Amino acid sequence: MTVTTDSVRSALEQGPEHGKVESHLHPAGSFDVADHEVPTGREEIWRFTPLKRLRGLHADAEFMPSATSCTWNTPEGVRVEGVSGDEARGLRGISGLVPNTRWAARVLAEVPSSLLIDVPADTEVAEPIVVELDGTDVAVTEAGHVAMRFGAHSKAVVVLNHTGSSSIAAVVEIAVGDGADVTVVSLQDWADDAVHLSHHQARVGRDATYKHAAISFGGDLVRMDANVTYDGPGGSAELLGLYFADAGQHIEHRIFADHTAPRTKSHAVYKGALQGEKAHTVWVGNVLIRKVAEGIETYEENRNLVLTDGCQADSIPNLEIETGEIEGAGHASATARFDDNQLFYLQSRGVSEAEAQRLVVHGFFNDLIRQVGVPSIEDRLLTTVEAELAKNVLKDVGSLAAFGSDD
Amino acid sequence: MSKLVITDLHVTVDTEDGPKEILKGVTLTIKEGETHAIMGPNGSGKSTLAYSIAGHPKYTITGGSVTLDGQDVLSLSVDERARAGLFLAMQYPVEVPGVSVSNFLRTAKTAIDGEAPKLRTWVKDVNAALEQLNLDPSFGTRNVNEGFSGGEKKRHEIAQLELLDPTVAVLDETDSGLDIDALKVVSEGVNRFRQREGKGVLLITHYTRILRYIEPDYVHVFVDGKVAESGGKELADQLEAEGYDKYVSAVR
Ligand SMILES: Nc1ncnc2c1ncn2[C@@H]1O[C@H](COP(=O)(O)OP(=O)(O)O)[C@@H](O)[C@H]1O
Ligand SMILES: [Mg+2]
Repeated sequence: MTVTTDSVRSALEQGPEHGKVESHLHPAGSFDVADHEVPTGREEIWRFTPLKRLRGLHADAEFMPSATSCTWNTPEGVRVEGVSGDEARGLRGISGLVPNTRWAARVLAEVPSSLLIDVPADTEVAEPIVVELDGTDVAVTEAGHVAMRFGAHSKAVVVLNHTGSSSIAAVVEIAVGDGADVTVVSLQDWADDAVHLSHHQARVGRDATYKHAAISFGGDLVRMDANVTYDGPGGSAELLGLYFADAGQHIEHRIFADHTAPRTKSHAVYKGALQGEKAHTVWVGNVLIRKVAEGIETYEENRNLVLTDGCQADSIPNLEIETGEIEGAGHASATARFDDNQLFYLQSRGVSEAEAQRLVVHGFFNDLIRQVGVPSIEDRLLTTVEAELAKNVLKDVGSLAAFGSDD
Repeated sequence: MSKLVITDLHVTVDTEDGPKEILKGVTLTIKEGETHAIMGPNGSGKSTLAYSIAGHPKYTITGGSVTLDGQDVLSLSVDERARAGLFLAMQYPVEVPGVSVSNFLRTAKTAIDGEAPKLRTWVKDVNAALEQLNLDPSFGTRNVNEGFSGGEKKRHEIAQLELLDPTVAVLDETDSGLDIDALKVVSEGVNRFRQREGKGVLLITHYTRILRYIEPDYVHVFVDGKVAESGGKELADQLEAEGYDKYVSAVR
C-alpha cells in the first residue's frame, strides 16, 4: 500500500465528512511553511518548552549538513536506505502527517533526503532493525526525516538509538499496514548538551498492532510528540514512555491518540523519575475520540516519581469525546515522592534506606521495561536506570556488600 | 540471652490538632523462649506499639525506652533494628509495585546476614518456606503484596519470619481476616519459629481464636495505650467470656 502526499491532502480535505469539529487538539495543519508563524512560547503547545534552549530549531535555525552519524543493520527482506529526490519527496506525509508546527513543515520542505525503512507485506523480521544516530557536533543545527513503511501483515521491531551531541529537529513517519504488528522504540540517550525536537506520527492500519516506546535519559532539552491516527477499524496502539530527568534537564513528552476509526484502541503509559535542581518533565496526553470512532477503548496514564527537592513534573491528561458510544475511556496521572510506607516496609526487613529507594525506583520502571518487550534493550534500560540512580539515590552507597557491616 | 524490654513507653502521632498521645506508658519484658499475647480493643494502640518498636517515622517517642539484649533500640534506624534481630509482621503489609517476592526476599536476607545467601540452598529454603505456608512456587515471581489476597499477605509475612530468622518477632493481628485453614497454616509457621532456640514472640491480636493454636506464656490486656492487666493464658479465657468492656469502662 503506497500513499502519496497528494492522496493524504485530499483525504484531509474530506474532513467534514469525517465529522471534523473545531478542537484545540487538532488545528488544521499545512505543508506550507509560510502558514505557520514562529512560536512565541505563549501557544498552548509551546507553553512548557523553554524555547531559548532550542537553538532556533522551532524557528528558523539553518538546517546544516548533518553532523550526526547514522548507521543501521539491514535484516533479510528489509530495505533500509537513505533516499533522495522524488522518492524522498513521495515519502513526506506517508503517515498522514500534515504539519501543525513551523518546524515540522520546514523539515518536510527542506530536508533533501529521508531514511527509509521499508518492510514488505507479509514479512516477519526476526531481529530488531537498529538505527544508531550518534551526534558529533552540537553547534550544527540540523534536521532529519525518517519514513517507516510496514506492509500489511508484516511484523517488525525498529529501534532508533540517539547518542552523542546533536541539535536536531526530526520528523519520524510510521505507516503501519493492515494487520501488521510493529514496535518502534526511540531511545534518547544523548550527552548532556544535546537538543532534540521530534515528532513521531503513526498511522495504524485496520486490525494492526502498533507499539511505540519513547525512552529519554540524556540531553539538555528533549521534546517528543508521539501521535497516532487510525486508518481503519480494529487498530490498536500502545504508547509507552520512560524518562529520567536530572538537574537542569527539560524532558517533554506529548502524545496524541486521534481515534479516527471505530473499534480502535489506545493505551498509553508514561513513567518518569526526576532528580536534581531544575529537573523538569512534561507529559501531555491528548486523546480525541471522534464522532466516527464508536466502540473504542482508551486509557492513558502518567506517573512521576520525584526523588529530590527542586524538581518539577507537569502532567496533563486531556480527553476529548465527541461520541457517546465508547467501550471505555480513562486516564490517571500522579506525581509523588517516595512512599514512606513502602520504604518502611522494606527497611523493616533490614534493607538500608538507599537500597530501599533503589528497589522502589526499579520496581516503578520494571513493568514498563518489560512491556517494551524488546529483550535486547531490556538489560540496557535496567543498567541505565541504575546509572541514573547512582547520581543521587545511591550516591553514598558503595554496593550491596556494604549492608550489615556497620557494626 | 535475648530479651526485649519495653519501659514506660510514651508515643504520640501528629494530628491536625497537634500531637496526640497514643501510648501512655507501656512496660513489658519478653524473655527468650517466651510468647506474650497482647489483646485489646480496636484503637487501643496495639499497632502503634508494634510500629514504634519497629521505628515507623509516623510515630514520635516522647518517653521511655526499648532495649534488645541491652542495646538501645530507639536510637537505631528501621533497618538497623531489623538487623539487630527485630521483625514486624504487619497488620497491613505494603504493596511494592514492580519488585518481585523472590528479589525482595533475597535482598532482605542479604541485608540481614550481611552477605548474599548461597544460591542453591537459598532457592531450596524459599521454596520450602512458601510450600509450608501453602503458597505456590510461582508466588516468587509476583510483585510484593500486589494483588495478594488478605490471606496471602499474612502467609507471606510468616514466610519472611521463617526465612529471615529474627530473635524477636512482633506479629500485629496476623490472624485477622484469615479463615480457619489459613489460620492453622499461619499458626504452624509461628510455632515452628517458636521452637527455634531463644526466640521471643509478641503476638498482638483482637481475638482469642488464634490462641487455641499458638499457646502464649503470658497474656496482657491492652487498653487506652497501656497494659491494663497481665496474667497467664487463663486471662484469655476470661476475655473470651467477658470481653473488654470492664477494662474499657474503667478508663473512661
Ligand atoms: N495519624 C493519626 N492521627 C490521629 N489519630 C491516629 C493516627 N494514627 C493513629 N491514630 C489513633 O491512634 C489510636 C491507636 O491506633 P492503633 O495503634 O492503630 O490501634 P489498634 O492497633 O489497637 O487498633 C486510634 O485511636 C487511632 O485513631
Ligand atoms: Mg492495629
